[in-house]
Amino acid sequence: MLPKWFNKWNAENPTNIYGPAVLLGGIGGAVVVATLLVTWGQPYATDSLQTGPRGTGMSVPEFEYELATPDPAIEGWFASTSDPIPPQGGETTAAEARENVPPGLGDLTVENYDRLLAAMREWTGIPDLFEDAASYQTAVGHTMVSMTQNLNENWGAHVNANKEVGVTCYTCHRGQPVPDNIWFQETPTVESMAGWSANQNRVTPVSQFTSLPSDALQKYLVENEQITVHDLESRVDNQIPGDPLIQHTERTYSLMNYFSNSLGANCLFCHNSRAFYAASGQVTLQWSTANLGIDMVQELNNQYLIPIAGLLPEKRLGPVHQDAPKAACKTCHQGYQQPLQGTNVIADWPELATTGDPVYAEPSEQAAVTD
Amino acid sequence: MPEYQNIFTQVQVRGLPEPGLDDYGTLAAERTKPFGFSKLLGWFGNAQLGPYHLGITGVVSIASGLIWFVIIGMNMLAQVGWSIPEFIRQLFWLALEPPGPEYGLSFPPLNDGGWYLIASFFLLVSVMLWWLRSYQLAQEHKMGKHIFWAFGSAIWLFLVLGLFRPVLMGSWSEAVPYGIFPHLDWTTAFSIRYGNLYYNPFHALSIVFLYGSVLLFAMHGGTILAVSRFGGDRELEQIYDRGTASERAALFWRWTMGFNATMEGIHRWAWWFAVLTPITGGIGILLTGTVVDNWFIWAQEHNFAPAYDGSYGYEAYGSYEAFIGQEN
Repeated sequence: MLPKWFNKWNAENPTNIYGPAVLLGGIGGAVVVATLLVTWGQPYATDSLQTGPRGTGMSVPEFEYELATPDPAIEGWFASTSDPIPPQGGETTAAEARENVPPGLGDLTVENYDRLLAAMREWTGIPDLFEDAASYQTAVGHTMVSMTQNLNENWGAHVNANKEVGVTCYTCHRGQPVPDNIWFQETPTVESMAGWSANQNRVTPVSQFTSLPSDALQKYLVENEQITVHDLESRVDNQIPGDPLIQHTERTYSLMNYFSNSLGANCLFCHNSRAFYAASGQVTLQWSTANLGIDMVQELNNQYLIPIAGLLPEKRLGPVHQDAPKAACKTCHQGYQQPLQGTNVIADWPELATTGDPVYAEPSEQAAVTD
Repeated sequence: MPEYQNIFTQVQVRGLPEPGLDDYGTLAAERTKPFGFSKLLGWFGNAQLGPYHLGITGVVSIASGLIWFVIIGMNMLAQVGWSIPEFIRQLFWLALEPPGPEYGLSFPPLNDGGWYLIASFFLLVSVMLWWLRSYQLAQEHKMGKHIFWAFGSAIWLFLVLGLFRPVLMGSWSEAVPYGIFPHLDWTTAFSIRYGNLYYNPFHALSIVFLYGSVLLFAMHGGTILAVSRFGGDRELEQIYDRGTASERAALFWRWTMGFNATMEGIHRWAWWFAVLTPITGGIGILLTGTVVDNWFIWAQEHNFAPAYDGSYGYEAYGSYEAFIGQEN
């Protein structure tokens, strides 16, 4: 194919072309990458939230492009919320004018009740919510309304730990009848085994797809088992039994992994970088908020969610134990340090903020809040 | 021109098969008969495969090791309902777990750690016989027992993890599960349970020797390869009769850092660094939970870690609103 003189010349002048080719390719590739980085910028640049004294590695990193994008669900919130209508006295009440009014909401003015009902239908994605008295959704919805009021009224220490944000149906539901991040019991995870061998070592959503124990949420957020990991002295008298076991640590690690994924934060959001828990309590303020969150979720599950199992149709129950769908951090937080990135969802909905009479701001104050 | 190299050999040097020593007519007694050449092996090292000495210890060791392996595999298969695709999918997650803590040192039901104890017994037999075999082979070749003792240091750590420490703690549940991810879960949990194992000074020593081994291996391997053009890879001859390769290798390090190991001494450095890694590590594990319950607090008490007093930098905590760019 090639002219003879070339083949002859080629054979007489053997040259190693691989070395120079690799060198040239390497340098060329590096130049291209460097040019892209300089002109377009580092695509995976990170920023970090400092969580402790300098020089101790205390920080929660996040990609800048993720920080630049607000939680898309916030838009849905603002599309569904509306300003309250402060009662002037003498209006018809919801109890008089409407059917199937959830307990505690009967005294609302019918304007505000209709406003709330429309929003609740949008938040839960149930267009005929509270229409049919016989529907299980009506009975469940009544429980859910009191759960929301209880959260806002009694769990401010967790919910409003940083500022007023509150909770509405939308915090979990996000427009869907069944919220995305509920969980069911999934133990035993493996067949044929019993005890410690049967609660782990298989990919499950509750273990966050790890081989860690899958019963962590059940033990700590339903059965109120105490989280025990460390001894708080260098040498303690009580040994097995009674002392925390490595099995408790593994289960706690599973729970903490769930916390971390739910909040999009790392260990250093709550714990110090030297030891997860030190006798002197070297934890961040968020640790206390999270602890209150644990107590809160235990109450949510045991007093509201597990009791509704009897109301729900079978298709809404867990696949293994036919248990009620339960809540935990991710059900509200959905990957953010604060649900909906700290958007105040309760300001417009005094009806959900308390089991007592809602406190409507005067129109002037209302304007100040929305600003 | 093709040249002979130690790894990824482009040319393979092959002579007559080397049958090995048999000075007393006994060495070949428990040796496999056939041997051959493998081009693939030749790319990485010596192309000759076999003859191979198994011996009674080797046969029993492999057999009981196989039993250990099959018990684990069968348990994993049973856990996924004997489904091969699921077994492959979940392989890295599955495990044979030690008994639950409620059983202490007693024998638990087969499906709650019983199989684990049976498998562990076979692993113990297998490892100890393989250890014995390394002694016998060294003896037959009239070698020193350095490899036997080095293997013994690894076995020390293995026994600490699976036998000595569980017995001292009074519970088989302290042993390490047999599984890819599960044994990593155990490792993490072990460190966290005892207040951060990085504050355990023996763990620190073990890391020193581990990383030190890596460093020494790179230095030694690099040095010998660098002087192999002068015959430096023929180490034995260089020890007996130092030639230019050995001299250069020594001079390189003396001029680099003022000190050099000798052709023999470098192997003592390497051997001790390697051996001390599991020895110190094993001591650290054995003390954990038996003597010290929280290494972080222990380290503070012994001025090994600084103690911070007062509140923990709350004023330094960043603002979430500023972080997500929503600060007013």
